[in-house]
Amino acid sequence: MKLLIALALVLALAGLAYLAGRARATRLTLAAGGRIGAVHSRPVYHGAYVAVLALAPALIVLAGWGLAGEGVIEGRVLATLDAASQPAPGPDRAALMNEVRGLVAGDLPQAFNPLAPVLAPRYAATKTNLDLLAGALAVALLCLGGLWGYSRIRPDFRARNRVEMQVRILLLLASVVAILTTFGIVLSLIFESIRFFRMVSPVEFLTGLAWSPQTALRADQVGSTGAFGAVPLFWGTIFIGAIIAMAVAIPLGLMSAIYLTQYAAPRLRRWLKPVLELLAGVPTVVYGFFAALSVAPVVRQVAVALGMADASADSALAAGLVMGVMIIPFVSSMADDALAAVPRAMRDGSLAMGATMSETVKKVMVPAALPGIIGGVLLAVSRAIGETMIVVMAAGLAANLTANPFSSVTTVTTQIVALLTGDQEFDSAKTLSAFALGLVLFGMTLVLNIYALAVVKRYREAYE
Amino acid sequence: MSAIERRPTDWASPAMQARIAARYRAERNFRRLGATALVVAAGFLAFLLFTIVRDGWSGFLRTEARLEVTFTPATLGVDPAAVAGPDGKAMLARADYVALLNEAARGLGPASGTLSDAAWLALRERLLADPGLLGQRVSLWVPVRSTIDLLAKGKFDLEAPADSRGVSDREVAAWRWLEREGRLRTGFNSAFLGNADSTEPELAGIGGAALGSLFTLFITIIIAFPLGVLSAVWLEEFAPRGRLADVIELSINNLAAVPSIIFGLLGLAFFLNIAGLPRSSPLVGGITLALMIMPVIVIAARVAIKAVPPSIRDAALGIGASPIQVVFQHVLPLALPGIMTGTIIGIARALGETAPLLLIGMRAFVTDVPQGLSAPATVLPMQVFLWSDDVQRGFVEKTSAAILVLLVILIAMNSLAIYLRNRFERRW
Repeated sequence: MKLLIALALVLALAGLAYLAGRARATRLTLAAGGRIGAVHSRPVYHGAYVAVLALAPALIVLAGWGLAGEGVIEGRVLATLDAASQPAPGPDRAALMNEVRGLVAGDLPQAFNPLAPVLAPRYAATKTNLDLLAGALAVALLCLGGLWGYSRIRPDFRARNRVEMQVRILLLLASVVAILTTFGIVLSLIFESIRFFRMVSPVEFLTGLAWSPQTALRADQVGSTGAFGAVPLFWGTIFIGAIIAMAVAIPLGLMSAIYLTQYAAPRLRRWLKPVLELLAGVPTVVYGFFAALSVAPVVRQVAVALGMADASADSALAAGLVMGVMIIPFVSSMADDALAAVPRAMRDGSLAMGATMSETVKKVMVPAALPGIIGGVLLAVSRAIGETMIVVMAAGLAANLTANPFSSVTTVTTQIVALLTGDQEFDSAKTLSAFALGLVLFGMTLVLNIYALAVVKRYREAYE
Repeated sequence: MSAIERRPTDWASPAMQARIAARYRAERNFRRLGATALVVAAGFLAFLLFTIVRDGWSGFLRTEARLEVTFTPATLGVDPAAVAGPDGKAMLARADYVALLNEAARGLGPASGTLSDAAWLALRERLLADPGLLGQRVSLWVPVRSTIDLLAKGKFDLEAPADSRGVSDREVAAWRWLEREGRLRTGFNSAFLGNADSTEPELAGIGGAALGSLFTLFITIIIAFPLGVLSAVWLEEFAPRGRLADVIELSINNLAAVPSIIFGLLGLAFFLNIAGLPRSSPLVGGITLALMIMPVIVIAARVAIKAVPPSIRDAALGIGASPIQVVFQHVLPLALPGIMTGTIIGIARALGETAPLLLIGMRAFVTDVPQGLSAPATVLPMQVFLWSDDVQRGFVEKTSAAILVLLVILIAMNSLAIYLRNRFERRW
């Protein structure tokens, strides 16, 4: 909250700097008789230049303090304790500081740790002091930067070129965020996975057939290490996402696309396409609720009617069916694109030879569009195996290695959610295994995406 | 050398007629197959909407019971003489309404246990609004328990045997009594739209989650929109052909296809554990979702920028504008409708997203509307998820009702995007 106030103050001051710079440049222009070119840049650029010089250092100080400030304050407060009573870094220390913060904020009527009430006033005092110091530093830098920029306003000062250079740097920085995000994902997954693989061997993880990541309450409990063989999870993911869902989505999506592009009258297409898009816009949590509440009981009844008396309430089939429906618009739009890229001459040629539309579609257009369609299907598979909410709500947690669609299987994403939403300490193998699963999922979808995009691209180029 | 003997095809022959008929039949079947696929997809959507509306519309209604209350000062534990004094209001606010409610509920005879745990709030509200009622007998409407509410809405199959219908004979008798006495009415459930989550279905509402969604989306928009547009501008207009631009382009295309739950892992590992930002907060949720939808905005913005014809750039450059001026004064304003369409679609995706928020702790049970950007909060789809997990029967209609609210907002956003696309997009 304080940071927001500081931010508002800094922005307001930068606004003043802009106005001052612009006013001075306007005066210079008027003094030169208002002649075009008498002052190199227009007043807004001078104003913007002064504002940027004022704002940039202040923002860097505030951002740095916002990220590192809490750590500095904690270090200082804890340093006031004698060495013997200092808590060990890690959970103890974090818990103590949470209590201290709670006491200072008044959220916590009483602390468990006897040190907390001692530290609370020191924390409050240190925080106030250092916050003020950081704020003062930011404002001082702002004034210095602003004054320096203000002093540089001259008729021949090329303010526009400077500002445009700064804008270009800003554009570049914004673009780099995408790289940083990718790196952040890869690094965080790899670091936590390495910690996991120190406890469990990668070979066991990738080839083991038993998955039961329970952790023991006591150290001597039987099975306290848990089993981390992820093959049943990979199978469940592929079974639901790549087999059942695709068995629904590929025929329905492909046929919808063929009907919409080749047969439907334009009026009908105008109505039907948004309906398909609507299907894609429904949140996955809604599909999950629907799968669990409406589809799963029907599937279970079918299973019971087929003679499986102990059929599971959360079957692979229910989750896969609903996921398949969710993917239909995706497959349909990819197939639509692929069919549209087939040169019209091929289609017209086939029709002119007397082939019916269905013969043209089956024998000419689909074979010609096949690489594009396959690429689209691969993208759809990558989307299906990364889908989380439907399987969390409808697929169950039992890690079975079975091809029976009426039994319960679990998926990588379900397990990630199950492992990370309980109350777990962050260092246990159980929690860290979620990151290893995340790494595998990320790798799988990345390979699928890159391959599929390459296929689609090569296919488009073939007809261009 | 013998000439190949060629006879013209006799199209009128029965064999050829049969072949043509078969081909036309195949054509019709194929066409029907395509129509069937569309009907199945549309039918599924219709069925989904139908079940949700069927289960959910009653979630917007709430049953209330008429109760005669005497605001006895002794039961309330207040001194009637002091009410007019300076601390009168505070004293009335602190009074013992639960005891008063219990006393008044005895007047309901067999249905004395049917009132909601929070019915005393209605008493307090009434007395605070009009302190003159102290000592007087009034009749007012208070919410009933979820079971009675569901009975009144006909959600139980009363023909079923007592042990499988989910409601006890005593509750049914109490409800019958209330009905006979004309003490029940069903009206619009304003608590559902205003309240936050609760353990009691009759008190739970989506107000807190809606505000949480608003906070989260605020953070998402102020981060994702500028970043997305600026990087699209750089990639389309300024990027030198080379390694850096390729790497950025590859990252964006891959990020657009990374499963959303991976962003949750990033948020957990980086924003929560390394940067130490507050758990369960709209701040972290918003940043995570912003990273997730940024590629969507970048891709849409690039398409929109690319669609602006080069002649406009050339004309502006020709009369002396600098490249930056060309982009910000000419290209971007013309590309804005397309950019807005992409942004709205991205935001709609962020609004419906649940998985990454699960991992950063936004499944918190929050009984109050969120207090700020760094306070624990939950969002609309998460509220749907939490309620769908709840075993209490009253939450089924609440879940569907919350889904209805979510879908209405999403459809409105998508319609706005389509409208913007059709209204402002220019073909050059």
